[in-house]
Amino acid sequence: MSEPLLTVEHLSMRFGGLIAVNDVSFIAEKRRITSIIGPNGAGKTTVFNCLTGFYKPTVGRLVLAGAEKEHYLERMDDFRIGQVAGVARTFQNIRLFPAMSVLENLLVAQHNKLMRASGWSVLGLFGVPSYRRAEGAAVELGRYWLEKINLIDRADEPAGDLPYGDQRRLEIARAMCTEPQILCLDEPAAGLNPRETADLNGLLRFIRDDSGVGVLLIEHDMSMVMEISDHIVVLDYGQKIAEGDPESVRSNPDVIRAYLGDDEENDDIDAEAIGDRQ
Amino acid sequence: MAPIDYPQQAKESLLAGIVALALTVPMMGLRTTSGQDGMVIDIRMGDAALTTLGVAVGHFVISLIRQALQQRSPKETKTEKSARLKSVAIWIGWASFAFALTLPVTLNLTENLGLHDKTRYYLDIGILVLTYVMLGWGLNIVVGLAGLLDLGYVAFYAVGAYSYALIAAHFGWSYWVCLPLAGLFAAFFGVILGFPVLRLRGDYLAIVTLGFGEIVRVVLLNWYQFTGGPDGLSRIPRPDFFGLPFKRSSSEGETFHQFFGLDYSSIHRIIFLYYLIFILALITNAFTLRIRKLPVGRAWEALREDEIACRSLGLNPTNTKLTAFAIGAMFGGFAGAFFATRQGFISPESFTFIESAVILAIVVLGGMGSQIGVVIAAAVLIGGTEMFRGLEEFRMLAFGMAMVAIMVWKPRGLLANREPTVKLHGDKEAKP
Repeated sequence: MSEPLLTVEHLSMRFGGLIAVNDVSFIAEKRRITSIIGPNGAGKTTVFNCLTGFYKPTVGRLVLAGAEKEHYLERMDDFRIGQVAGVARTFQNIRLFPAMSVLENLLVAQHNKLMRASGWSVLGLFGVPSYRRAEGAAVELGRYWLEKINLIDRADEPAGDLPYGDQRRLEIARAMCTEPQILCLDEPAAGLNPRETADLNGLLRFIRDDSGVGVLLIEHDMSMVMEISDHIVVLDYGQKIAEGDPESVRSNPDVIRAYLGDDEENDDIDAEAIGDRQ
Repeated sequence: MAPIDYPQQAKESLLAGIVALALTVPMMGLRTTSGQDGMVIDIRMGDAALTTLGVAVGHFVISLIRQALQQRSPKETKTEKSARLKSVAIWIGWASFAFALTLPVTLNLTENLGLHDKTRYYLDIGILVLTYVMLGWGLNIVVGLAGLLDLGYVAFYAVGAYSYALIAAHFGWSYWVCLPLAGLFAAFFGVILGFPVLRLRGDYLAIVTLGFGEIVRVVLLNWYQFTGGPDGLSRIPRPDFFGLPFKRSSSEGETFHQFFGLDYSSIHRIIFLYYLIFILALITNAFTLRIRKLPVGRAWEALREDEIACRSLGLNPTNTKLTAFAIGAMFGGFAGAFFATRQGFISPESFTFIESAVILAIVVLGGMGSQIGVVIAAAVLIGGTEMFRGLEEFRMLAFGMAMVAIMVWKPRGLLANREPTVKLHGDKEAKP
């Protein structure tokens, strides 16, 4: 066990009488890919929305170990979580800025840094050299990520004109441009073909190994989850039912029951079948 | 590229002619006139034949021109189209800049040549159009860039006008001191309004801003001791040329015409006002073009595109929207201060909802976020309605028809084409 980056303790989220997430605890580590899986309606996206401040959890503590101090995410405004704590996310249904160019999307992600450099726009209006340098650096960071996702040729086109798979990868690059501590991906492989999924796996491995951030992943594509995850958390009806490395989760009887139902005949069905069912 | 099929065209034109004939024979060819023994049918087949011929030939010519145009520019890609639009926009921009810059000189020359005798009238229209161009550019920041539908923009125009009138009348400060103050007051009102309402989106925001616009007008109307109520404020100080007043004579030193050794003419003040609003509008434009390329400008556009994504990237949506609102309001305030000094008299009458609607129409018709589009739309909407004042109520009919036509053919506005603020390939701006 290396450095714990994100510690989720006793997280519960209620919507009126519905308990979407019930007493879930887990740890995500730096330089590791932690996946949250579970059948539809298990509460995966709710966990994400609590982490990124879109919901305020009913009960629980969300601690992110920052460089200088710990951040208690459950107490922060949603935009502060991205700005101060360094939690970046992507969305299940892509949310780019479609009319803006690909590069501009990446520059908006570096807004806070650039705002400071432009003296909250006052110095920027006069084009002082320090701001121009900062903008140049921001463009370079954008170029770096565009090269990683093979979109360098289409940098000046509107993001909305890109094909679906490219938009998915651009959203990840945009999240990485905020220079986060932890990257939360909500079903990044949804709607991708096998080749694109393989590319995505490569990108996620690169992010994990090279930029040293923690990756938190929600995914339905079991073959992908089993291939790249270092740690898997399984949710069902808002409860955590299993946790561990891919091998142990694959053979866990509770997980198989959650996916395939409580039936004597299914006793010896393994994770391959779980994957197929998705 | 298919060659033009002349026989086919001729056939179609003949058909159009037959339809025209069928219509014109009963409608034009037979006319009832009152003769001595009651109604008499007057047969005018010549007119009908001429009209039919006109329709057929016209149809032929128009379809030939249309085909020729299609062949000359076959299918252009999206990038080619946007590049073409961009060059057209730049060309129109410089042309209108040159036109506006030289307008007083041109008018003076043509009047001396005896071509017209209404320099003052045309300059007044020019001032009016430029005022609306400036208002349109100011509102463009709020509506076009930040995507906040503001139906009460005239409130900030009113705040600017009344701030200027009251400050100048009570403290007697110079125009050049009062102008920035009026802008600041308007920006301050923008923040006050913005703070509680900017959590609303779309239609709800539009309704609240509409209400705010009306509240400001009603307050101006009823706070008699302070604003003069429906009587308005009169005798607002006129601007001076950096200390030189535009008067025939002055008790406190030289006047403009004495200083420059000119003969006194009332047109000097009008020309000065014209260039004043011209420069104010240019400042608005330069500011907008500049701030669009700054992080805050990009954040405005990003907020317009997707607010939730902005939150996830750590942008503070409230602050970002407030800056857009305040800056848009500030330019409205500048325009208001100019309006007050130009008119010399203001009353709540000038700040009704229809003004907000006209400014918004200018922005929307011009193409949201397009600076040149605003100029064209303002020239057509304001200049056009002024020019056709002689046509009385028909001009509103034409105004409405123009709006419908634009919404049918160009639903995104006259010049809706977005240029990225930063480019990676083939552009100097990417490399600082």
